[in-house]
Amino acid sequence: MPSTTDSPVAESEPKREKLTRNMLKADRPTWCPGCGDFAVLAAYYRVLEKLQIPHEKIVTVAGIGCSSRFPYFVKTHGSHFIHGRAVPFASGVSLGRPDLRVFVFGGDGDGFSIGGNHLDHGARKNFNLTYVIMDNFVYGLTKAQTSPTSPLGFRSKTDPSGAVDQPINPMKKLVTSGATFIARSHASQVKHMMEMYERAIAHDGFSVIEILSECVEFYAGAFDASIPRKGGTFELIEEKKGDGSPEDEHRHDVCNELEAYRLADLPWPGIFGVFYEERRPTKNVLEAELIGKARLRHNGSTDYDLLKATLNHLK
Amino acid sequence: MISPSDLNTLNHNRAATGKVERIEDVVIRLAGNSQDGIQTVGSFLARLAGRSDQDVMTYMTIPSTIAGGPSIYQVRMGSGEVLSAGDEADFLIAFYQHSYEEHIIALREGGVLVYDTEYVQPNLDDRRFVYVGVPITGLTIEAMGGTAKDKGKNIFVLGLIARIFNLNVEKLHDLLRERLESKGEGVLRNAMVAFDTGFAFPVDNVIDRYYQFDPTTSDRDKSQVTMDGNLALTLGLIAGGVRCGAGYPITPWSPIMETLRKELPKYGGVFVQAEDELAAVSLALGFSYAGRLAVTGSAGPGISLKMEALGWAVMAEVPLIVVNVQRGGPSTGLPTNVEQSDLMQAIYGSHGDTPRIVLAPKDVEDCFFIAIEAARIARDYSIPVIILSDQALATRIEVFEEPNLKDLMLDPDPDLSDRPADYVPYPLERRTRHAPPGSFIEGGNYPVVTGLEHDEAGHPTANPKLHMQMTARRREKLKRLAEEIPLPEVTGSQHGDILFVGWGSTWGPLQEAVHRARSKGQEFGHLHLRYLHPLPEGLQTIFSRFRQIFVVEMNDEGLYGYGQLAGILRARTCNPAIRSITKTDGLTFKVREILEGANRLRGDAVSTFSAYPY
Repeated sequence: MPSTTDSPVAESEPKREKLTRNMLKADRPTWCPGCGDFAVLAAYYRVLEKLQIPHEKIVTVAGIGCSSRFPYFVKTHGSHFIHGRAVPFASGVSLGRPDLRVFVFGGDGDGFSIGGNHLDHGARKNFNLTYVIMDNFVYGLTKAQTSPTSPLGFRSKTDPSGAVDQPINPMKKLVTSGATFIARSHASQVKHMMEMYERAIAHDGFSVIEILSECVEFYAGAFDASIPRKGGTFELIEEKKGDGSPEDEHRHDVCNELEAYRLADLPWPGIFGVFYEERRPTKNVLEAELIGKARLRHNGSTDYDLLKATLNHLK
Repeated sequence: MISPSDLNTLNHNRAATGKVERIEDVVIRLAGNSQDGIQTVGSFLARLAGRSDQDVMTYMTIPSTIAGGPSIYQVRMGSGEVLSAGDEADFLIAFYQHSYEEHIIALREGGVLVYDTEYVQPNLDDRRFVYVGVPITGLTIEAMGGTAKDKGKNIFVLGLIARIFNLNVEKLHDLLRERLESKGEGVLRNAMVAFDTGFAFPVDNVIDRYYQFDPTTSDRDKSQVTMDGNLALTLGLIAGGVRCGAGYPITPWSPIMETLRKELPKYGGVFVQAEDELAAVSLALGFSYAGRLAVTGSAGPGISLKMEALGWAVMAEVPLIVVNVQRGGPSTGLPTNVEQSDLMQAIYGSHGDTPRIVLAPKDVEDCFFIAIEAARIARDYSIPVIILSDQALATRIEVFEEPNLKDLMLDPDPDLSDRPADYVPYPLERRTRHAPPGSFIEGGNYPVVTGLEHDEAGHPTANPKLHMQMTARRREKLKRLAEEIPLPEVTGSQHGDILFVGWGSTWGPLQEAVHRARSKGQEFGHLHLRYLHPLPEGLQTIFSRFRQIFVVEMNDEGLYGYGQLAGILRARTCNPAIRSITKTDGLTFKVREILEGANRLRGDAVSTFSAYPY
């Protein structure tokens, strides 16, 4: 149940060994060799190991897609849910159990197409969870159909002469949705991914990281423009330091929504890092407050007392 | 204000003039517009019955338009057990001309029409009825002062009814006070004035008698509660330890989510209004997966949308309660009318072989108990349970014995006990309860619950043998439950001519139909199914004791002449004596309709198929 203070579930902390990467490794990933998702998975192991979150409290949730196979490759409590609905499912897990640390993994189809509306509402309600969207600009599991982020002209099985529909700009969508932590990273940049993971986890609220993760099978080379060793540029957002220096004037204020939207509008391949972060009460906290107030009004009443009083009122 | 001594005088005068007629029960239909507050009158009468010796049942229709529109509220009060809202009205109270024109057909011959002389001009030449013209609007405005407009007409009518039926004025005053005190002194004072004015109207100048209910024969030493089916279901969920849920607004399910949203925080729980039906069921499954058994619900259109996620719950073996307050379908259908046409959807909806539990409450009281039963089964079997209520059950008010909460309440806390190193979520050899996150598993082999076909540990597999074994595992849970549930009792004749089989809200009219038939010496029995999937064991034996079996349900007879349950029972028992009495007029069954249906069918009996010896 949502709770701002202690978990209502009384439990003795089981004796546990230090959490290691090896303890988190589960089934051998079924992704194609060279898939960007391997690196996203590796960074996840490393962050969990670094943060030493209690093993049984980690929940790994996914919908449907290549990247949504994620939970099978991680030895934590996990759930492989249905296409597009991982966010509301994970929201229920988070709201029902404040003691858990909830992660959602998915792709661009899951997050921006079939689950697009849930992303908006999960973000607006600010459920406390971390959502990692592995964006590869193509439907991979179903083999090469156009995705909501496929660029115009992309040739796929459903657009043999090139995509004609305007793609979604993920960062713009996230900024307008009301997500309280929005970052963009790249599967070829493990250190940067880890940093984004850590900041997302530290954020209290709906934190989203879009990670460009190449599909070597159906959209090879999609992100070359952002890979330095392939001649591209991986430009990072410089955040304001508040040091009063003249340079600081030009640095990005992560609290500035309009500025975040402007960054999202930069020409391909855009920029990477934290676009936006806002402190706004989470749904978890708001519901906990409602509970707190209601509990206070009925101070000391057991569930039996409460229901009995309701029945008395119906006599 | 009317004082007890006034009442004594009044009662004395009535007794002296001998104008009191003793009645067993009465059906009063109030017809007006939805904003007239006629349902308030109904609920006051129902509440009064709960505190008196009478039993009560109400029936209402509400328009699906946003503001206003014709609306009726029918109250049946009686000294015995009231089983249905009544086929015909003894009293029709018409607020408007359209109320009169639409509903005079519902008044029995010899019945009394009470009408507002301001708005209604009845055809007084029609000698079938007794006409009582009352300047309802005028007197209410006069009594309450000029600014009151016509608000308060409903309470005036309540006073009028109290006078005609010799109801307990003190108890009604108490009820008005309890209900309206919080709305301000002015509101309460106006209501009291309107009530007393109605009560003071010399209705005896027009009708030649007053009515008095027979002293009750029922044993009423236990305290009674009064509520509608939606509320009973909601409180049952709370008693069953359900503390979380998610939903999306739709008629007639919305009151359940509204009440849960208001009530659950007291219990440390939470209800989320989701962005759509898909998110609602997904959130609920998230709660359940996290160990907090959750409810989602809707009416037909929303249940259709939830079906994919429901299949996931079956496959992943995660408990869930889904409430379907059925209304007329298909598509948007008849949002404010009743139908029982979602049975097949409840049992078979969603793709693939997806065994789940389906229960249906038989009356308002049973809404409370079935919700607790659903919560128990969902946890024990780690499976979704669908509760099929309907619009009529959801909105009608009944009085029933206060449930003994002490014995009924279930623990809401998740089971976070440690699991052994060899824990697997889907063992082939035994039933398991879901292990929510947070439960420590020795050795750290934490499971993934999944909608993909899987092996015992939850790993995806398309192995043909495993798919067959896991399909059997999911099916066997229902077969175990079928062994556990009781065989329903047959009421009325235990063998003989005709057995009525029903489910859901048709319980009352079916009971009454059987009483009526038996009072004429006919051998009629009634079997009511609360467990629809799985069905209880042993139905064949019961069916073989009757020559004919008529399944009575509010849905279409379909291509082959059988309603939804009838088709299932025929498939289950191969008994050709099973036939159907169905209807789809959006209204509850009248007793008369059931008996007429039976008479129609028995003419062409297929008696040779029955095992019953002639």
